[in-house]
Amino acid sequence: MRMPDTSEILLQAEGVSLAFGGVKALRDVSFDIKKGEIRAIIGPNGAGKTSMLNVINGFYHPNHGAITFKGRTRAQMQPFEASRGGIARTFQNVALFKGMSALDNIMAGRTLKMRRGLLWQMLHYGPALAEEIENRHRVEEIIDFLEIEAIRKVPVARLAYGLQKRVELGRALAMEPDLLLLDEPMAGMNLEEKEDMSRFIIDVNNHYGTTIALIEHDMAVVMDLSHRVVVLDHGVKIADGSPDEVKKNQGVIGAYLGVAH
Amino acid sequence: MIALGQFLEVLIGGLMSGVLYSLVALGFVLIFKASGVFNFAQGAMVLLAGLALVRSLDLLVAWGFAPWAAITLGIGFAAVIMAITAWLIERFVVGPLVNQDALSLFMSTIGVTFVLEGAAQMIFGSDVYPLRLFPTDVWLLFESQFPGGILVNKLDVWGAFIAGILVAGLAIFFQRTKTGRALRAVADDHLAAQSVGIPISWIWFVVWLAAGLVALVAATVWGTKLGVQFSITFLALKALPVLIIGGLTSIPGAIVGGLIVGAGEKIAEVFLGPHIGGGIEYWFAYVLALAVLLARPQGLFGERIIERI
Repeated sequence: MRMPDTSEILLQAEGVSLAFGGVKALRDVSFDIKKGEIRAIIGPNGAGKTSMLNVINGFYHPNHGAITFKGRTRAQMQPFEASRGGIARTFQNVALFKGMSALDNIMAGRTLKMRRGLLWQMLHYGPALAEEIENRHRVEEIIDFLEIEAIRKVPVARLAYGLQKRVELGRALAMEPDLLLLDEPMAGMNLEEKEDMSRFIIDVNNHYGTTIALIEHDMAVVMDLSHRVVVLDHGVKIADGSPDEVKKNQGVIGAYLGVAH
Repeated sequence: MIALGQFLEVLIGGLMSGVLYSLVALGFVLIFKASGVFNFAQGAMVLLAGLALVRSLDLLVAWGFAPWAAITLGIGFAAVIMAITAWLIERFVVGPLVNQDALSLFMSTIGVTFVLEGAAQMIFGSDVYPLRLFPTDVWLLFESQFPGGILVNKLDVWGAFIAGILVAGLAIFFQRTKTGRALRAVADDHLAAQSVGIPISWIWFVVWLAAGLVALVAATVWGTKLGVQFSITFLALKALPVLIIGGLTSIPGAIVGGLIVGAGEKIAEVFLGPHIGGGIEYWFAYVLALAVLLARPQGLFGERIIERI
């Protein structure tokens, strides 16, 4: 497997704590994501994995601690600021724009790349038209890459679950992110679909050099795909390291299988 | 025997007044498309826009402004009032409800209705204020073919003309622009929209502003027709069957729905009324809407509701 080129740190989470009322979702969690790597976040249900992603892209604001992304530290960040900074994501329960076609969904990912004024857009002429066409080209490349040419005009609500997940990945890729967050990209998929999705994730990482942080329950997939793994349990980080190291970690085995206390 | 001339007159009159219903319905469709919320406050917004316009016009004319200057400034003033309203609504009412259930948003617009109705009348007064922006006299067409000719209100023609321009503009806005796509995205999924970098607060301000400006346009036409007064808020009730027939998410649907309601109720009143008793006009639209609901719940032009099980 290709290893990341640099050891430059893209994102650093430091002492992140998050509570909902009395429920502590995250407790003093610190880890980093290096540029160009595939970083997996694993842990049993309710470990705080999705909460961690939500903190990274600004849906949740941590009670303590901070996130440093591309050298800038911020405790409170709005989701649209995160995406402006180059963070894209997919969701655990596919969150697509259901009334729109696959193509329009992916075009929506280009929102930040299109800067022409509203008036030009309405006239659908001149620079705005050129911009629309140029962005459409980029989107068609993504559609080719994900092999979803046949469904580009279909309203996404009609698509099978596996394809919806693919469209959602396409929308995130359309943002040309520096950091791509994938929340259970393979949940509910059959083996073949999982293999396809794994291939896309590796290709994205290889071709575009996109840094990826993913949550996944399928251990075989995680161990194959990721360069480094961080393990959460009950909101606490219990292990961090290469897949092999994590596999042998006694605490991790305990968290997954349960141990006699 | 029904004379062709009379039928045509009733039909044209009905279609024209239907377009005026469409003007109000458009405001609803805009907000629904962009937030998935039925905006109960649309009628109140028409009242607010109308009052702001007519009261500022009165004042400007009293100060000795020329009519064209007074109208321009008055419309500008009313537009600014609608913009401020949109900002306040976004900031204090719907903004804090991002990622909440659509029902909560709907409830909040009921609250907005009461505040707007109260505030508008407190600030601008609660009398009936006449507004004369468009000619209110009539044309008589085809006098040689039909005895007495066909009577057409000039105001209705103006209303139809303005509605046509609005619809074309809005359709292009929604289908062709990045902002339009962003609006539809926000309506479908708040979280996903935020994750691709769409600032929801800005989008909602734009939507409420657009709905406010559509309300202003409706107020100019309806205000000229009825005078600006509280009962203008009840227009919202007439827009309801229009929306159900046309489909809540369709801009062309709002127009076609308005035409059907307008023509249907006038024709029913004139030709059915004498046989089964008058007053059909007041309930015909709702019966029509009920029939459409039975046959096609999403309306004639609405998006089919697709559910995978």
